[in-house]
Amino acid sequence: MHVTVDQDRCCSSGQCVLTAPTVFDQSDEDGVVLLLQADPAPALHSQLRTAAALCPGGAITLTEADR
Amino acid sequence: MTSLHEPSELAALRFPEPRAEGCPFDPPPAYRQPAGRVTLWDGTPCWVLTDYRHVRAVLSDRRFSADVRHPGFPFLSPGRRELVGEQPSFLRLDDPEHQRLRRMMTGDFLVKRIEQLRPRIQRIVDEALDAMVAKGQPADLVTDFAFPVPSLVICELLGVPYDDHEYFQELSRRLLDSTAGPAAVSEALDGLTDYMAGLAASKQGEPDGIVARLAARDDLTPEEVAANAVLLLLAGHETTANMTSLSALALLQHPDQLARLRAEPELIPGAVEELLRYLTIVHAGLPRVALEDVEFDDGLRIGAGEGVFVMLGAANRDEELFASGDQLDVGRDARRHLAFGFGVHQCLGQPLARVELQVALATLLRRLPGLRLTVPFEEVRFRSSALIYGLHELPVAW
Repeated sequence: MHVTVDQDRCCSSGQCVLTAPTVFDQSDEDGVVLLLQADPAPALHSQLRTAAALCPGGAITLTEADR
Repeated sequence: MTSLHEPSELAALRFPEPRAEGCPFDPPPAYRQPAGRVTLWDGTPCWVLTDYRHVRAVLSDRRFSADVRHPGFPFLSPGRRELVGEQPSFLRLDDPEHQRLRRMMTGDFLVKRIEQLRPRIQRIVDEALDAMVAKGQPADLVTDFAFPVPSLVICELLGVPYDDHEYFQELSRRLLDSTAGPAAVSEALDGLTDYMAGLAASKQGEPDGIVARLAARDDLTPEEVAANAVLLLLAGHETTANMTSLSALALLQHPDQLARLRAEPELIPGAVEELLRYLTIVHAGLPRVALEDVEFDDGLRIGAGEGVFVMLGAANRDEELFASGDQLDVGRDARRHLAFGFGVHQCLGQPLARVELQVALATLLRRLPGLRLTVPFEEVRFRSSALIYGLHELPVAW
């Protein structure tokens, strides 16, 4: 699974950081999403789906590699 | 039942609507109807949307504006319409202006920054409980605990003197009263704005606190500083305060859930999400106006210039998302709730609200194992006409 983030759509709600803290971070200055890893291990995929669903700005896109 | 595609019956949207007898935690039945068109107090037709998918779709669609100055923007009352002439905070602006302003404040509410505040919040909670216990029984959980905790925290963050809390809390209460007319709304907002403008001016050159930092920026007018600082002050204490007292009451009324939470305190973070969902204190409906024609997946069409109220409380009981949604279940995964709204305007302070509620409720349950109401449940007075739901008082002993 591949993750991309759109910083312009990010509204710094922090939902992604709460849900998948090893994949997402927030910039110190304005809280805009930072991607820590773009191809996380399968064990994290469920967290990632939740984070993408919870993101209020629609800033997280997941691409299923096998599909 | 109103058909989505042929909305025929124009009923009036009123606020507040009565809640069902004996069900003060459930949204008013009038707000749980299927999507439909209604008329407002001024005769304007407007949409009311109540299911999760519609509510989420509207709030995340940039074709719906939160800017009260757009023609067709729906107002709940004459008092609310008074806001048109006021300096808007970022809450009432669309992107890109909304984003520009909001991002000046998001850095203060980062998840990691709020986590660092947790010990300080714990101390504030402990001290408030110490003071309440020392004062003796019975106590009013609203004034002795639920209000002081978030007020002290937001005052520290903003750099607002807590000693002024009676003044700004009274103005907040008047501003958020849906029955307040145009003059009362103006007066309350002007009072808060003048207070904050004076504070900002006095803080020029000071290093600490959000107000001082905003005041030091050369890309903000003094009016913008005041309007946005007022928003943070209001949103920072009214919301968490009312959630805290309502949560305590809801748990006391659900002894099985309360017992489970006491036995399994690790459930607290999830329980806070469930209480946010179940109680949904932003209970009046969020207003938006369509900037262009919008058609939803299911065929619902909203025309350019038409107003919409989305009902968060009804959406948070949507059975498609939350099975047995009318039940409080502290073990449920409720994270998809819309209590903080959705879209770019979703609550800026939610990381702070979460930690405050987690610490306040965990500490309350741990330290006061005998917590109980001292009046019959039927006598507890709810803040029905306030735009943020809550309790007038909560008499308790322990």
